[in-house]
Amino acid sequence: MGEIYFDNSSTTMVCREAASRIMDMLTNNYGNPSSLHTKGFKAEQEQNSARNEIASFLNVYPEEIYFTSGGTESNNLAIFGAAHAMRKRGNHIVTTAIEHPSVLNVMKQLEKEGFIVTYLKPDSSGKIYPEQIFKAVNPRTILVSMMYVNNEVGSILPIEAVSSAISAARSPALFHVDAVQAFGKLPINPKKLKIDLMSISSHKIHGPKGVGALYIRKGVHIVPRTYGGGQEKDIRPGTEAVPMIVGFGAAVKALPSFDIELKEMKKLNAYCRQKLGEIEDIKINSPEDALPYIINFSAGDVRAETMLHFLSSKEIYVSSGSACSKGKASYVLTSMGLTKQRIASSLRISFSRFNNLEDVDVFIDTLKDGLIEITKRPI
Amino acid sequence: MEEIILIKLGEMVLKGLNRNTFETALIKNIRRRLNGLGEFDIRTAQSTVYVTPKEGADLDTAVEKISKIFGIATLSRACVVKKDMPEILKAAEEYLKIDLLSAKSFKVESKRSDKRFPLKSPQISAQLGEYLLDKFPNLHVDVHNPEIIVRVEIRDFAAYVHGQPIRGAGGIPVGTGGKAAILISGGIDSPVAAWTMAKRGLELTAVHFASPPYTSERAEQKVVSLLQRVSKYAGHINMFTVPFAKIQEEILKKCPEELFTLIMRRFMMRVSEKIARREHCQALITGESLGQVASQTLQAIVCTDAAADMPVFRPLIGMDKLEIIDISRKIDTFDISIQPYEDCCTVFTPKHPRTRPELQYILEAEQALDCDGLIEECLNNVKLTKIRA
Repeated sequence: MGEIYFDNSSTTMVCREAASRIMDMLTNNYGNPSSLHTKGFKAEQEQNSARNEIASFLNVYPEEIYFTSGGTESNNLAIFGAAHAMRKRGNHIVTTAIEHPSVLNVMKQLEKEGFIVTYLKPDSSGKIYPEQIFKAVNPRTILVSMMYVNNEVGSILPIEAVSSAISAARSPALFHVDAVQAFGKLPINPKKLKIDLMSISSHKIHGPKGVGALYIRKGVHIVPRTYGGGQEKDIRPGTEAVPMIVGFGAAVKALPSFDIELKEMKKLNAYCRQKLGEIEDIKINSPEDALPYIINFSAGDVRAETMLHFLSSKEIYVSSGSACSKGKASYVLTSMGLTKQRIASSLRISFSRFNNLEDVDVFIDTLKDGLIEITKRPI
Repeated sequence: MEEIILIKLGEMVLKGLNRNTFETALIKNIRRRLNGLGEFDIRTAQSTVYVTPKEGADLDTAVEKISKIFGIATLSRACVVKKDMPEILKAAEEYLKIDLLSAKSFKVESKRSDKRFPLKSPQISAQLGEYLLDKFPNLHVDVHNPEIIVRVEIRDFAAYVHGQPIRGAGGIPVGTGGKAAILISGGIDSPVAAWTMAKRGLELTAVHFASPPYTSERAEQKVVSLLQRVSKYAGHINMFTVPFAKIQEEILKKCPEELFTLIMRRFMMRVSEKIARREHCQALITGESLGQVASQTLQAIVCTDAAADMPVFRPLIGMDKLEIIDISRKIDTFDISIQPYEDCCTVFTPKHPRTRPELQYILEAEQALDCDGLIEECLNNVKLTKIRA
């Protein structure tokens, strides 16, 4: 029996298409895209076609895509960059309590610099509502930063309400979306939603680690975090990680169409939820209408980490909360108001197109074994 | 929620008997542009085009693409509802929720073309208005100057609740006005000129002069990128790249320096005209603006114009640079145009170009060149790049 990888919201296996393109870029097409000669031009062309691939996937212009090292850098660049560029027009920022640490810790830093941050709280199923956004935004608000899909429970946030809330409040605010968990999984239309800045990452969609991008809408000005030789229009200078960028583009190109993959994921999700529901003591923490790729649940009073290691010994890989904050009690589940015990026993499984129904069967059987075996133990 | 796109036609509704030709061309352009986004049902009724997506079709992208098709005054999305008043009320509340939450004033406009529907238009408006007032305490009714107009339409098969209208690209459908060739360098002006003429219904062919080794692969790539932007409006474009360095070197060697640019431009006209005729174009288009540079003074234009034996459209002739830049930002070519690559016009600029040339001197200077031979050689080495919208 092979491994079952149910931790795709942490990271994914690199798809063959991306891997072979990366290899080619590393060994053959290794020019510096800034070089004037043909070797450089060829590397630049490959980089441009990756940029075009990602841009047309999002229905935006290629010059609105800036490559970074990943989701965390994109979030940092977007939020610091926007806050510092808008400083003269106000000092209030709206975000949610369930953002990724690469947003929340930036907010903490901005609070030290004197910005005032409003954190919208989710309800007990992890959902945020448009009315909350309308209430929070005011004329002094200079930035609204909201994730599209929560990484721990998979709830989908109402980002479609944000631009209207900003204009209704007569606020100059820029609008940033952390779309790292949603990119490639839900259709996103930055133009239609009037998104100014949007973070995406490669390794969540079967691309390589170490590369991501920030979408910056034309006409939006942010302050860079690094200074250098002009690459990425001086917003993110430094010689581009061309092989990784090309791998990112190849991974995007290899994505199946949304309706096909979402249908598959809904099937997996419904099946898994049904099977979990049949086990006594299992409570699902993800909302009903969450992104079907993610299911967060609590398993009786078994400590999450114990179960995780049990499953891991059987080559089944899941996550307790989010891989980025190992060990600590989940602040997402805490802010949803769940009991301590339920939080301590919470596990997250996350699917990809490389999983199937049989994987779910094996997982459920092993989970049941685990529940029996672990509860037998003294501690 | 089932959604469709409603398209109001532009100025072609003013056409008389040949209006049908324009409508057919527009529908064809719409079909072509939606290719690859899934299946759509497209039909016309009373100056409105109804675009209905079948399952899995990408409506968001469709709206964006349609907003760039010439011949359209406005477009809006609408949700399709059963012809039942309680359903219509609920649908309006849900479908327009975000718009209504963010507005202060509104009014309802109803149109009932299915007269079997039990309520008359004013009654529909009144009921819906009252319902929305109750659901959205932030709203009041303003019939004269509302922030939002809620439109309801009762038609034969269904009722529609309209979203907020988006302005279309205007103009007349591409292809209804014939075909012309744009001379494109990579600067700010020529893409704008191309767009402007496509707006008036012209199909485009492009001619680009490249001067390797003086100019780089990047300069040519830049022109491809520019034309890709223009093609979002103008549809497919065939681009012909002409190797031009040999002609430029000949002129440099054998003609007076101050006439260099003018003689070069006359060659561009001749070569372009040859390509244009071969491609069944009936006119040339340039991005010239009167007085912008030495080669665009009236006297200079007289000299270049004399080299072409077909009409030359210069849609930017009376525009200021800033006006041109505004359009280039609007059609998203500006950011590409300002990339700093040498193009064929900037490589050999004379120090003191003649600003008031006389045709006679130019003709004399050209005597030193084997014009026909040079052009012939050029044409034999032209490269075709197909730009697909």
